Amino acid sequence: MSAAAGAEVVLETRGVTKRFGALEVLRGVDLELHQGEVLGLVGDNGAGKSTLVKILCGFHQQDGGHVLLEGREVHFHSVEEARARGVETVYQDLALIPQLPVYQNLFLGHELTRLGPLRFLDKRAMRELSRRYLDEINVHVPSVDAEAEQLSGGQRQAVAVARAMRAARKILLLDEPLAAMGARESRLIIDLVKGLAESRRVSMIVIDHNYAHLFELCDRLNVLQGGRVTIDQSVRETSLEELTELMVSSYRRQLEEATPAA
Amino acid sequence: MRWILERAAAAPASQAPGQRVKRLSVAGHRTLRLFAEQRELTPVLITAGLVVYFLVAAGSTFSSELSLSSAAGYAGPVAGIAVGEVLLLVLAEIDLSAGQVFLFAPWVMYWLWTDGVPAGLAIAIALLVVCGVGAVNGLITVRLNVPSFVTTLAMNFILYGLVLVYSNYTTATPIPFAVPPSTGAGSVGVGFVGKLLGVWLWSEILWVVGLALVVHLMLRRTRFGVRIIATGGNVTGAAEAGVPVRRVKVWCFVLSSALAGFVGIIDAIKYGSLDPGNFGVDYILYAVGACVIGGTALTGGRGTVIGAFIGAILIGVLEDGLTLIGVSTNDFYVWVGIVIIFAMALNVQFDRLVARSRAR
Repeated sequence: MSAAAGAEVVLETRGVTKRFGALEVLRGVDLELHQGEVLGLVGDNGAGKSTLVKILCGFHQQDGGHVLLEGREVHFHSVEEARARGVETVYQDLALIPQLPVYQNLFLGHELTRLGPLRFLDKRAMRELSRRYLDEINVHVPSVDAEAEQLSGGQRQAVAVARAMRAARKILLLDEPLAAMGARESRLIIDLVKGLAESRRVSMIVIDHNYAHLFELCDRLNVLQGGRVTIDQSVRETSLEELTELMVSSYRRQLEEATPAA
Repeated sequence: MRWILERAAAAPASQAPGQRVKRLSVAGHRTLRLFAEQRELTPVLITAGLVVYFLVAAGSTFSSELSLSSAAGYAGPVAGIAVGEVLLLVLAEIDLSAGQVFLFAPWVMYWLWTDGVPAGLAIAIALLVVCGVGAVNGLITVRLNVPSFVTTLAMNFILYGLVLVYSNYTTATPIPFAVPPSTGAGSVGVGFVGKLLGVWLWSEILWVVGLALVVHLMLRRTRFGVRIIATGGNVTGAAEAGVPVRRVKVWCFVLSSALAGFVGIIDAIKYGSLDPGNFGVDYILYAVGACVIGGTALTGGRGTVIGAFIGAILIGVLEDGLTLIGVSTNDFYVWVGIVIIFAMALNVQFDRLVARSRAR
């Protein structure tokens, strides 16, 4: 789309491959993410969307190919490494700790501490910052002291997204942020992500199965089929019908290639 | 608090007729919530009740220094082991070897000492050795994915065997810093260090109190503590948030061993001899019992160090009191069993009731 068209590429993958045992999940993924852009990843179950995201965030390591962050090749060995380079992730499984209060969940992995090496928690500061931050981005929870298990599913996901948004310096990866979410709760998360997208501060990759959501949220869509990106379409220049048609014909092509002398 | 009131107000309307849902008054809900959130309260009340009962039944015999110190003597080792064990229960792991580590550490000290190593250094090396034992427990558990129940059960047997092999099944005495029990001379002639390290009647329990407070603060107030709770509550979520979950686990195994080993050395100095026939499982089962009585579930993510300490005190008071009123030791086991089941059932019911009142 226009805002991102000329923008520089912040994240790029070239021929990324990954296999789990005999299962070849990624067979050479090429994609580009531009500064400030929201890129949607779609594809069937097992197409490799989650695997790709887990490579980009350092949870898995690719077998082949290259990942370039701001033009430089990177190879994240852990989530912490990716995070240190400004890449944050919201996972599809519930990432919060049920027994910890909201504010400690928000700061998990980035705790504020005092008394130097003793690393005592600065609870007051974390509480205050959490309260202010959640107000600012319009996330409503009963209290920042409420344990995560006291929240509704939507509130929990909102807190998880809020945590990643706050920490993300360059790139935010969202793996099915709307999974198992009701209409009202989805709305909450979409508005949250849109608010962040409009600031153009960070670039995002979103995985979701709901095309209506993706068309609303994203600037561009990439379709993953059989471990490769087969379609790369700007949302402005395409409609849901066109995209579906493209996907079907692409499937047909793959099928024909796979069936000898049909 | 507000949601309880709302629910209490809404309850009659939303309730289908004939449904067997217990209706509790607002005050009842409040009390329930208090007990559910302050898990230490239940064992404190039970302990207080036992103390009152024994005071009535045994009078000043129970409140004498001798009786109270013997209650502390029962509780000390159990509490010392339980304080470290809580950390592992919060992680949804368990350390079954801690009881044997408690017995093993003073043997290491003793062997080194009889080989001419100065007593202070022998204690330091013994502590390092048991830290190593904890590290092995932890590394096997997280690296080889062996359940900690199995890893530490095996470690328990290994350490027991080592004691039997290298002690020639002979009781060890004298112990450095301690008074040989045969002289029966009390603390006469023992230096300040010896008194501090266990010879004084109250030193063991005071050490354990101090350690319990430190570990409590660590679990509730420090970054490491939050990471223990996070790892135990949702290991995947914690790892994804950047918590080094394996490292956290290994350190907790090390801590559990170090605490048990240290209190074991204090206990050995207190009694002045080592019996190779002691079996660690006896100790660890009391310690896990103390944790449970104190309000720690074995499901991970929750636990209280203070509760575990109080649980151990409860066991100590029970053992001392029953002995004083002339009930046999066999009855003591029955009572410990009943208290453990009672405490665990209460915990589970509290959880269910809280969950039910939270349900929208």
